Amino acid sequence: MLELAWLILVFPALGALVNLFVGDRLGERGIHVVASGMVVLSFVVSLGLFFGLAGLDEHHRTATVHLWDWITVGSFHAPAALLIDPLSVTMALVVTGVGALIHIYAGGYMHGEQNFQRFFVYLNFFILAMLVLILSNNFVGMFVGWEGVGLASYLLIGFYFDRHDESYGHYADAGKKAFLVNRIGDFGMLLAVFLIWTSVGSVVFEEVHHGAGALTAGAATAICLLLLLAATGKSAQLPLFVWLPDAMAGPTPVSALIHAATMVTAGIYMVARTHFLWELAPVAGGLAAWVGGLTALMAATIALTQVDLKKILAYSTISQLGYMMLGVGVGAYAFAIFHLVTHAFFKALLFLAAGNVMHGLPGGELDIRKMGNLRAKMPTTFWLFLIGASALAGLPIFSGFFSKDGILLHVANFNIPLYLIGLFTALLTAIYSFRAVFMAFLGEARDQHVHDHAHESPAVMTRPLWVLAFLAVVGGALNLPVLLTMEHYLEAAVGAPAFHPNVTMEFVLLAVSAVVAVAGVGLAYGRYVKGPSTGVGRISGGVARLVSPLELVARNKWYVDEFYAAWIVGPLLGLSVWFNQVVDQGVVDRAVNLVGQVSLSLGGNLRKMHNGLVPTYALSLFCGVVALLLWFVIGG
Amino acid sequence: MASDYLPLLILILLAAGFGVIAIGLPTLLGPRERNNQKLEPYESGIIPFSDARRRFPVKYYLVAMLFLIFDIEVIFLYPWAAVLRDLRLFALVAMIPFFIVLVVGFLYEWKKGALDWD
Amino acid sequence: MDTALLFDNAVVLLPELVLAVGVMVLMMVDIGRRGQNGSQLLAGLSVAILLLGIGASVMIWGRAPVEYLDGAISDGFALSVRLVILIAGVLGVLLSRNWFPAIERQGGAFYSLHLLAVIGMMLMGTATNLIVLFIALEIFSLALYILSGFYRENARSIEAAMKYFLLGAFASTFFVYGCALLYGAGGSSKFTQIHETLATGGGNPSLVLPGIALLLVGFGFKVSLVPFHMWTPDVYQGAPTPVTAFMSVGTKAAAFAGFFRLMMTALPSFHDQWAMPLAILAVLTMTVGNLTALRQSSVKRMLAYSGIAHAGNILIALVAGTAAASSAAAFYLFAYAFMNIGAFTVTIALERQYGNENDVEQSRLAGAAERFPVLAAAMAIFMLSLSGIPPLAGFFGKFLVFKAAVEAGWAWLVVIGVLNSAVSAYYYLRIVVAMYFQQPEQAGDEKEQPFVPASRSSVFVVVVSVLAVVVIGLQPGLWADLLRGLGQ
Repeated sequence: MLELAWLILVFPALGALVNLFVGDRLGERGIHVVASGMVVLSFVVSLGLFFGLAGLDEHHRTATVHLWDWITVGSFHAPAALLIDPLSVTMALVVTGVGALIHIYAGGYMHGEQNFQRFFVYLNFFILAMLVLILSNNFVGMFVGWEGVGLASYLLIGFYFDRHDESYGHYADAGKKAFLVNRIGDFGMLLAVFLIWTSVGSVVFEEVHHGAGALTAGAATAICLLLLLAATGKSAQLPLFVWLPDAMAGPTPVSALIHAATMVTAGIYMVARTHFLWELAPVAGGLAAWVGGLTALMAATIALTQVDLKKILAYSTISQLGYMMLGVGVGAYAFAIFHLVTHAFFKALLFLAAGNVMHGLPGGELDIRKMGNLRAKMPTTFWLFLIGASALAGLPIFSGFFSKDGILLHVANFNIPLYLIGLFTALLTAIYSFRAVFMAFLGEARDQHVHDHAHESPAVMTRPLWVLAFLAVVGGALNLPVLLTMEHYLEAAVGAPAFHPNVTMEFVLLAVSAVVAVAGVGLAYGRYVKGPSTGVGRISGGVARLVSPLELVARNKWYVDEFYAAWIVGPLLGLSVWFNQVVDQGVVDRAVNLVGQVSLSLGGNLRKMHNGLVPTYALSLFCGVVALLLWFVIGG
Repeated sequence: MASDYLPLLILILLAAGFGVIAIGLPTLLGPRERNNQKLEPYESGIIPFSDARRRFPVKYYLVAMLFLIFDIEVIFLYPWAAVLRDLRLFALVAMIPFFIVLVVGFLYEWKKGALDWD
Repeated sequence: MDTALLFDNAVVLLPELVLAVGVMVLMMVDIGRRGQNGSQLLAGLSVAILLLGIGASVMIWGRAPVEYLDGAISDGFALSVRLVILIAGVLGVLLSRNWFPAIERQGGAFYSLHLLAVIGMMLMGTATNLIVLFIALEIFSLALYILSGFYRENARSIEAAMKYFLLGAFASTFFVYGCALLYGAGGSSKFTQIHETLATGGGNPSLVLPGIALLLVGFGFKVSLVPFHMWTPDVYQGAPTPVTAFMSVGTKAAAFAGFFRLMMTALPSFHDQWAMPLAILAVLTMTVGNLTALRQSSVKRMLAYSGIAHAGNILIALVAGTAAASSAAAFYLFAYAFMNIGAFTVTIALERQYGNENDVEQSRLAGAAERFPVLAAAMAIFMLSLSGIPPLAGFFGKFLVFKAAVEAGWAWLVVIGVLNSAVSAYYYLRIVVAMYFQQPEQAGDEKEQPFVPASRSSVFVVVVSVLAVVVIGLQPGLWADLLRGLGQ
């Protein structure tokens, strides 16, 4: 069974190729069936891998499927091989499962689009690249996938490259921004791989794992810091998170699949995959935890002030990724992956529900200030969104509650200030998620035109969501003590956690979290349902003077983009202009042209030497004779 | 070593010296009188009646070349004949292909008309 | 002496003997035929004789190398070079078949000379003796002088022959003088004997270096190394194109084979002395060849200068002077045979289109891809291969030579070689660009000219060459194993 693992890659590749070459003959329906069908088949293979792995001995649940020797240069060896272990299978199930649902959904969402075919080619390509990323058994293969998903992300963010509006500017620029910011992370990734290769002598995970003992603490820390840089790029953490909100310019299924459920979690996956290195570098781990915690907090504050439904979700994604980063930073790898899984369910659900809203409102409206009482027009979507928001807010029973608390539990043991930040963020999360629910679906309709034209989405766009909703509710059961312990399942791949909380502490913290979540929902209810219904709900009274400057900062996304524009992008652009005009055109181009001209003119002169006269030729020959004789007789 | 070549050097000096002396001595000793008769090219006593640099029919060259080739081959046969007694059958057998090639060449030039004057 | 000596190991020279007998048969058939007809018969006979020669080579392939009468050897290297020369010979005969008027009247003379040139070239690769070496050199040189002037209706052809003959005679005198000095130094005309005498401290070492210098002139002239290369463009351009195609490959293969064997079996102990001047010659040859090729307007002249540059590349292998380098050179020549003859064949086909001018101006190639898509595609493949773009045959030739040179410690020379390859890409690709991306200047009358189909034999040569260039490129290992170097 496990030997057939390569099939999982073949299907999406086949789908992309079929749609690329004969898609225009298949028609919309055909394209959709091929694209979704291939991902469903991949999902079936993933299930097969899961059961195949389950059949193995609990402590040796790992298998390598060697496909071929990819690169062999000197002692450098990078095979094309798949690593099948609980971690990669879990990721594969999420990617193909959620991916399949989103593919099905996208058939309805993209219906009638001009570039329907192109969209599904990209989407299948993304699935392929993502699977390469998570299934490769070495850093080089992972990097190929890492770059592949980056490319797919770039192509899909800029899918509407000819569009232009106020909230995103030129859509093509959003894709470019994502690509460029990610380059910084990729740079870290490459350097980390180089460093691993030079210090351990292998790029295969298993061999690096065994050889990691020989690493000095300094080398391990350097590697992990570079990996952290890579993770902050791909997983939109401080300071490289700025691309993700803009990435919402892509079609909503893309936001759901790539920029919420799967690709952005690649950084988390990568850290979990390299846990053996992080265990050697506590400093880097601590830094990762703080990066995650602060990102979570900051993104939550921004989410609180946004009015664009997708941007709220984007910032909440950054915030939730912050939680995951916090989790891997403190060594709770299994819980971070657990949260990754549940997050994939509920965030995909939320995005797709938001897509339904966008789809059902005139002009693809996303401004929650113009919504209100949409429950009346799109009841199904309301319930779906509500379930997603509850899971995001971490209301008890819902999946997000369990997974987030697993992380907070370990953080509490690690560092109390970080725990408090995490807890406060949880409060904010509850507030902003229900702020979105209340403002969009409840209350009064604030824009009659929008309300009048609102309509529910077709079945193809709601049915897959019920599956996700179901998972968002019960996903927490994956880590039900005793019965289904995902935590335990993942141990084979990411190691057992060093810390085992006692039951009392566990229950106390659970209770605290539950109270915080419920309190957040209550606060939101007070402000956005009971409170003034006109605007976003400005805080009034004495508190306002204290909070409003903060709110202003948060509304402007902490001025990070402005900071980058003024201090990094501006000077860099200036420098490139200088390089272009002075160095490139002035020095390099001229030098190149000069070489060309000199060659040509030399050639011209040499040509004139060949004047067709035998005496000239004989003279040349004779000069050669004399020169050679002189060299040999005198020089020799 | 290098001294083995001393006779060669002496020979070169002698040859060069002979030339120098043969041309130099008359210019030193002989009376110089420049008139038209004296400056005429020497043509075995006959007074030249036209410029010697004129075009000859290509057949002269052809015959000359063919003569040269077969002449040299005959010269090659002479030393062969001289040592045939020592080399015996070996040299005799070795000469057979040589002759065959020679005959084929001769037949070819004959049949191609290289020997026809007209 | 024992008569048996004449027959012992005579099998070494089997391919040469087959061809020699063949030439005589050809001459007899020629004088036996009536009137002006029968030229095609002679061509067919020549091809048959050459194929027999290839068969003979294959027959003795893989035998333990033995020497015949202290004068010739058939080791792997000699056989490899023979193969290259015989292939060039077959392709050359096929190209000449319909080419120029004189061939109808004087086909017998033409094909006999052609075959004699092949014999001389092959003998050059087997020679282990200064006298045999010189005789071989003269056999093919004299034949080529005449062949160059065979297009007697064309003044340039006669001019080419005259120049080639005069300068060739000049170079040969230096060569034979070099042989004499080397004989004086080693006391023998046999390569291995010279080496033994000198290596054991005997002989007259002071004569060795002047001898090498003069021999270099002779070889340098034949393979057209700068500054002994001046004749090359004039002769390549003036000679009938099929002859140019044949001699550009055959002469190079033969002269390099003799050059390698002499330097590596007679004078290896002087490698330190001769390697550096050869390296300088290689640099000069590559650079001057490539730079001058940049400014050529005639395709044949461009190919001539490109041939000079390729000689520089092969010389790098001799500078390295290792067994691996000599097998790399054999591979290079093998690949070069197909791509260069292929390029000349396309030139011949284009000559027919443009009215038998015995040359093609590069400016006329503009837009050729539209009019002659197959020829243009083939030409593009040959140009890409000549410029050394993988995975075509030319790339691996260069790669193996450069690799051998780096291994022998001549990295700087390889750097210059690679830089030169970059320069060469310019003029090779310019042909491709002209054919595919430029519009013919006077579009009207060019198109009105009727299409003249290429002769069947040139089509055959093009197809074989394209296949060979691609197959050698895709399976270089196979051929690299087949073609042997000295001492392998």
